[in-house]
Amino acid sequence: MDVRVQAAPFDFGAEAAAFAAGRADVGAVVTFTGIVRDDSGDLRAMHIEHYPGMTERAITAIAEEAAGRWALGDVLVIHRFGAMAPGEMIMMVATAAPHRADAFAAAEFLMDYLKSRAPFWKKEVTSRGAAWVAATEADEAALGRW
Amino acid sequence: MTLDLVYFAWVRERIGAAGERVETQAPTVAALVEELRAREERYAAAFADLSALRCAVDQELADFDAPLDGAREVAFFPPMTGG
Repeated sequence: MDVRVQAAPFDFGAEAAAFAAGRADVGAVVTFTGIVRDDSGDLRAMHIEHYPGMTERAITAIAEEAAGRWALGDVLVIHRFGAMAPGEMIMMVATAAPHRADAFAAAEFLMDYLKSRAPFWKKEVTSRGAAWVAATEADEAALGRW
Repeated sequence: MTLDLVYFAWVRERIGAAGERVETQAPTVAALVEELRAREERYAAAFADLSALRCAVDQELADFDAPLDGAREVAFFPPMTGG
């Protein structure tokens, strides 16, 4: 299990390749990547604040919960904080499992929980100023299916 | 007891500080919130609607009725928007 919280960009291709390399114990690797999306066409930057100390602990607890629910070979979570431009990668999740159903389900579970149970807060900067992104009821409802 | 309070996102902005150390006898997070609200308008504004807030005690997510006995750090923040 590898959990990284960092300001620096990451190389998604290199990370995914390294995660999948040299494993004969798993038949499936699923990856997800989150990208800074510009809904308004006016996004200048996304700032992500986090809770140093709690963040790694909370993500590790979520990953351990996933490892307890599904037969996983490994889990990788990288989540950035700080300032990002539209189109930049914010985070990635990778899961390895003997069978793909477990790898897909665990990746979805990780994403649902990272969205509303890991201490990150997004702020969008546009020409009209800066505004905190509000959590949605759909984000919270997504936890209900697990 | 002495508690370190930490604030994030718009809670930090409304209070105008990233954190502070307080002396309190509040038995629960909710009681601590009542003490803070009574201090100044900026705290009252930040803590006006608890349904819009989340809290953590010693870096674990907690409910507002969580006891503070033995706690060292309490954090207040809006619902999280990771991923």
